[in-house]
Amino acid sequence: MIRTLALRELRSLFLSPLAWAILAVVVFLLAWLFLAQVEYFQRIQPQLVAIPNAPGLTAIVVAPMLGDAAIILMLVTPLLTMRLIADERRNRTLPLLLSSPASMTEIVLGKYLGLMLFFLVLLALIALMPLSLLMGGGLDFGTLAAGFLGLALLLAAYGAAGLFMSALTRQPTVAAISTFGLLLLLWVIDWSGNARPGMSGVFAYLSLLQHYSSLLKGMFDTKDVIYYLLFILTFLVLSVRRLDADRLQH
Amino acid sequence: MPSDVLIRVENLHRYYGDLCAVRALSFELRKGEVLGFLGPNGAGKTTAMQVISGNLAPSAGRVWIGGVDLLDEPRRAKAQLGYLPEQPPLYREFTVDEYLAFCARIHGVPRRDVVAAVARARARCGLEAVGARLIGNLSKGYQQRVGIAQAIIHTPAVVILDEPTVGLDPIQILEIRALIRSLGEAHSVIVSTHILPEVQAVCNRVLMIHRGERVLYGSLEEVTRDAGEHGVTAAFRRPPPEEEIGALPGVAGVEALGDGRFRIRPAAGADPREALVEHAVARGWGLYELAAERASLERLFVELAYRDARPDMEAGDPVPTEAA
Repeated sequence: MIRTLALRELRSLFLSPLAWAILAVVVFLLAWLFLAQVEYFQRIQPQLVAIPNAPGLTAIVVAPMLGDAAIILMLVTPLLTMRLIADERRNRTLPLLLSSPASMTEIVLGKYLGLMLFFLVLLALIALMPLSLLMGGGLDFGTLAAGFLGLALLLAAYGAAGLFMSALTRQPTVAAISTFGLLLLLWVIDWSGNARPGMSGVFAYLSLLQHYSSLLKGMFDTKDVIYYLLFILTFLVLSVRRLDADRLQH
Repeated sequence: MPSDVLIRVENLHRYYGDLCAVRALSFELRKGEVLGFLGPNGAGKTTAMQVISGNLAPSAGRVWIGGVDLLDEPRRAKAQLGYLPEQPPLYREFTVDEYLAFCARIHGVPRRDVVAAVARARARCGLEAVGARLIGNLSKGYQQRVGIAQAIIHTPAVVILDEPTVGLDPIQILEIRALIRSLGEAHSVIVSTHILPEVQAVCNRVLMIHRGERVLYGSLEEVTRDAGEHGVTAAFRRPPPEEEIGALPGVAGVEALGDGRFRIRPAAGADPREALVEHAVARGWGLYELAAERASLERLFVELAYRDARPDMEAGDPVPTEAA
């Protein structure tokens, strides 16, 4: 059931030009940044030789690229998630799912997994860039894996938040702007943490960026992974509850 | 509960805030019955159908689909249910075949049976020629048919159609009606409409609601039989005086309509038509028209709405209520 729903979601995405446009734009931008980073590495390579224990190719080329990818995808994800539920509401296709034997949880999970499959395609395309460096150099696969795990978790978190925002409204654009606002807030939330002593820990913990940057450095901490999993779970549960509330509306 | 009762609704209430959209609605539908669900705009038809199809939670009351409680075991109950909302729930970017295959899968049709189910639903709804076309490019009539195909693809015991013939051309309406009649043979069907001849054409039971309350319920024969006396109208070339007709056996009253036409009210249980013809021939009245008035649903409908608009109308008016 979940699989059927997920595959339909993925198919719908690829039937619209939006998904293709997003893939093209994201990959083009990242390729540009990647090339700039490679160029920079080539320029400073002579100096690196002199430094003992110098940062390698992965740290200088791949990590910054993944950092940029997180920002670009924060801008792009709301466009992908906005239509997940809001569009079904607007086109009045939700009754089809609601009168079918699928439960609310299955409907939400199906939509979410469909989106995750799309992100998987995107991640595979992004991964091709650092892997192409293997033609002329060596990579630190540990750091690379931690970085991509971080990006995958981050995208999954973006997606869950976007799904929930889409469940709140019938206007996809409203869902998109709210998702973007929420994600950006969570990105910068620790900036205000310094103002009040004692609170900085909470804000730093809530920040999407903090957990991502430690993974980018190649530090795999279960604390960060659990943060993302909790984040995803929270928004998925909220989405299910929100859809249930539709049935109970007074 | 007898096993052939496929839908049972008991004491269903649905509120929107303070507004009561459906109040104390109860009915049963057996296998092979087509229920015409009638009511003026805003009567609560769509709300009731949304509750029965599981799209809205009831404020009170229970619904059984094929003997399974919709609230306790939604999965099993919904597996026996096909629902066409007012606006067909179509994914416009899909082709008809893709869409129907998806509907079959989420309604629990096993993977190996999907192709056969799609072909069957397509054939029943006259969609053979458009299987590979995008739904968004189809005409409204075809989209409506795809909506119906979606509701019957998993051969559910209960099919609920909310205004299935809206926006179709007359030929398509006839086709859809024939389809609903054929569905009625193997399934229980609820059809909501405000086109009254449609009910007479396809339904064998009638449920009329007004302001959320049931005002009429029964089989089509019961409802129209009890709809008041069956008058007879007769027209004569050489009309006799009123009293002469009034003296005929079985006639309780006569009303001249002018132009040699009369409306004759029969005595209870009597049919004065035969006597009328005999006398008309014997006395040379020149009878050229004789028709039994059948109380149509339309009259009932208007009377119900009218009664509501004019609450001062006497209670003795021939307005049928609970026929069942």
